Amino acid sequence: MITFWFWIVVLAWVLFFVLEGFDFGVGVLDPLLGRSEHERTAIVRTIGPFWDGNEVWLVAAIGVTFAAFPAWYSALLSALYLPMAALLLLLAVRGVALEFRGKVDTSSWRRRCDLFLATSSAAIVLLWGALLTVFARGVALGPDGSVRGAGLSRSLSPLLTWPALLGAGAALFAALLLGATFLSLRTSGPVRRRAAGLARWLGAAGAAALVIAGIATSSRLVLVAAALSLAAGMLARSGREALAFATTAVAVAGTVVTVLTAHPGVVLHSTLDEAWSLTRSGAAATPQALTLLTWCGVVILPGVLAYQSYSYFVFRRRVASERVPS
Amino acid sequence: MDVLDLTRLQFAVVTIYHYFFVPLSISLAAVAAGLELAWLRTRRPAFLDLTKFVGKLLIVTFAVGVVTGLVQEFQFGMGWSAFAKFYGDVFGPTLAIEGMLAFFLEATFLAIWYFGWDRLPRALHAATIVIVSLGTVLSAFIILAANSFMQNPVAYALDPVTGRAHLTSFRELLLNKVNLAAFPHTLAGAAMVGGALLLAIAVRRLAAEPAHRTLARLGAWLMAAGGAATALTGDHLGKVITQVQPMKMAAAEALYETTKGAPFSLFTIGHPLPSFALDLPWLLSILAKGSPTATVQGIDDLQAQYAAQYGPGNYVPMIPVAFWTFRLMIGAGMLAAAIAAYYLWRTRSKRAAPTWLIRWLPLIPLLLAAANTFGWIFTETARQPWIAFGISTVADGISPGLTSAEVLASLIGFAAIYGILAVAWFRVIRHIARRPLRVAPETAAETPEPAPVY
Ligand code: HDD
Ligand code: HEM
Ligand code: HEM
Repeated sequence: MITFWFWIVVLAWVLFFVLEGFDFGVGVLDPLLGRSEHERTAIVRTIGPFWDGNEVWLVAAIGVTFAAFPAWYSALLSALYLPMAALLLLLAVRGVALEFRGKVDTSSWRRRCDLFLATSSAAIVLLWGALLTVFARGVALGPDGSVRGAGLSRSLSPLLTWPALLGAGAALFAALLLGATFLSLRTSGPVRRRAAGLARWLGAAGAAALVIAGIATSSRLVLVAAALSLAAGMLARSGREALAFATTAVAVAGTVVTVLTAHPGVVLHSTLDEAWSLTRSGAAATPQALTLLTWCGVVILPGVLAYQSYSYFVFRRRVASERVPS
Repeated sequence: MDVLDLTRLQFAVVTIYHYFFVPLSISLAAVAAGLELAWLRTRRPAFLDLTKFVGKLLIVTFAVGVVTGLVQEFQFGMGWSAFAKFYGDVFGPTLAIEGMLAFFLEATFLAIWYFGWDRLPRALHAATIVIVSLGTVLSAFIILAANSFMQNPVAYALDPVTGRAHLTSFRELLLNKVNLAAFPHTLAGAAMVGGALLLAIAVRRLAAEPAHRTLARLGAWLMAAGGAATALTGDHLGKVITQVQPMKMAAAEALYETTKGAPFSLFTIGHPLPSFALDLPWLLSILAKGSPTATVQGIDDLQAQYAAQYGPGNYVPMIPVAFWTFRLMIGAGMLAAAIAAYYLWRTRSKRAAPTWLIRWLPLIPLLLAAANTFGWIFTETARQPWIAFGISTVADGISPGLTSAEVLASLIGFAAIYGILAVAWFRVIRHIARRPLRVAPETAAETPEPAPVY
């Protein structure tokens, strides 16, 4: 039961990072690929009906973590107090910029919203990248399950390390690739052409960078990521837009699974002493709570997946970015 | 302020802010659903225009509700991790099930509704907003169950080994008697704020657009009926709270001594012995126990009783806060309901409202936002020192190791960003309100000509 719920938590995180990953990527690309207000509106429109439903996967991920592994939820969020607060604020700015953009009819308002959308999306992605690195490497957990340190640096210091910075860079790259392949799949006209071009270029450049990183760290996983990035770029070149997007999504999903299973049996690793790490069984809720959750999850989640797919089906048409002569 | 007070302050600020938008979402979703159903039945184009208009107000408000709600979801782990760990079994499933059951419904179907006007058959389209509305009510019910657990812990057992609470029955947790009383009261309060926003906007636009008359009267009716409903449900809630937290109701009246046939004072000066008081005889006994001669326990007796039961300590909440917030909740809400009733009467059978009323009505949502906020401040501060009544205190709940510097930094961040969001929300609402009801440009700009299916 504990293992089952661990994998449900992983699933929720994976869905969040893949689905919101392209939302963030599209947000960053909005002012870069959209040359006119009309094009930028088309770009925002590709995620307009989806971003909120996608963001609920974050609510679900954190909610299920709380329900199934209360000690994991408590340790993770209190250990990373300030980064999490920053993340929530950035998410607030992003969501509101996205939703308010079309509600006031002036160019200056839209420009301002586009700017907020792009900068907050980029900052969110960088922060998540750094945080995922911290999830994988662990934090300075003491024997009582709380993080050592004082003042502001208590919860900020895990982010100010080289691996975390590299993670941030990698996340930005992944989000841009996801966003570009998504836009080439979901638009028509000039934005589609530019997005495909960017995907091609990013795929190749990313593959080169990842190969170097893979050799430097002698990590086979990074080399796999390099291969996927190359494949996405080539698929984008040959116009296989759906496959290019799917390949990128698989790479992101694989990364998230790798991060969350970096330490077998452990949900939050202690960098001070292996014995102080938080284990899956140590963090889990009681069997009664897990049984209740199982019943609810089995009934509810398939329905959620069904109606979310339905919403993608309803809005399956491409959004045109070319000017239609009237 | 120490780290505990700062964390409490932050929780209060962030939650109160969330609760400015939540009741608006609940009531606007219901109104949009009602208007669309009315349009489906009557096919009067005015109903369609109004549905789309309310829909815009809803989606803008909902967005702020969503992003601030996300913060709530994380708060328990960030600031109150000891509490989250001890009550994880009870609290976690509640939040998780709310997320899986209600939030997905709301978010997904609201988007389908808002963007799907020309993509779905009419009946199906109307069904989506009905689902959104049910989703908002459902999330209110489930989250209030979590709050009610803190007011009146039920359906749990303390594990003798770990000391942690675990859930014994989810059904009982949901059917907590405090929840059953607080839920209708909260919904009635929500109807009042939503009605007030509609009335405020519509009354401004009346001269330019007669269709707004429907909205203005609908808003006023929601406020008047909501006012009656808050009073009835609030009376019941007061009785339930007297049973489970007698200290809270004694604090609400600043009743130090146990009294038979206790009065309710509208106003008191002087402390602890009032030098001036305007009392309504027996009313407190009626409010608390339903009988004019019933005995209401006083603060001093309860303090002695709790000290004997839970060990030495101070079990008295902040009396002036409890006393005044309780009165201000009732006063602001009832005043607003009275104004709404007066408006309805003055505008009966197509009469026009007096200009002074039209000038001042746009401020009326503030009165209701205040009433709701006072209600919550009363509920939550008069529960002190307990975080979950009778089983653990607020001081036990805070995250170990948390530092003041961190909380201060995040508090400043939340205050700044939330302030900006509030200004932006107000500007957008004002912009929407000022435009003619039948406008195409916004939808045209948001939906570029669709290209063929891929
Ligand atoms: C428009 C808003 C509004 C209005 C007019 C009223 N209330 Fe209220 N009240 C709320 C909005 C509210 C609230 C914000 O929704 C609260 C906070 C917690 C809750 O469940 O509802 C609340 C809480 C609350 C509580 C505390 C519940 C607890 O501790 O759990 C009591 C005893 C009352 N109310 C009683 C009343 C009475 C007797 C009223 C009028 C005659 C009244 N309220 C009008
Ligand atoms: C329904 C879900 C809610 C839950 C689970 C909840 C939970 C909590 C918790 C854990 C605290 C911190 C501990 C404490 O100070 O007692 C708190 C404090 C507080 N909450 Fe709530 N709350 C809820 C709703 C609300 C709402 C909607 C409001 C206001 C609009 C509110 C207002 C406050 C205030 C003012 C405090 C500070 C009390 C103090 O520290 O003196 N709460 N709440
Ligand atoms: C402190 C406890 C609370 C938590 C953890 C919480 C959590 C959340 C979250 C995560 C969302 C966003 C959902 C989405 O992404 O679609 C949200 C919105 C919502 N919440 Fe809260 N909330 C709290 C307090 C309350 C209270 C007291 C009520 C009602 C009585 C409430 C009712 C709602 C409703 C109706 C929505 C959807 C409408 C909207 O977004 O404005 N919440 N909440």
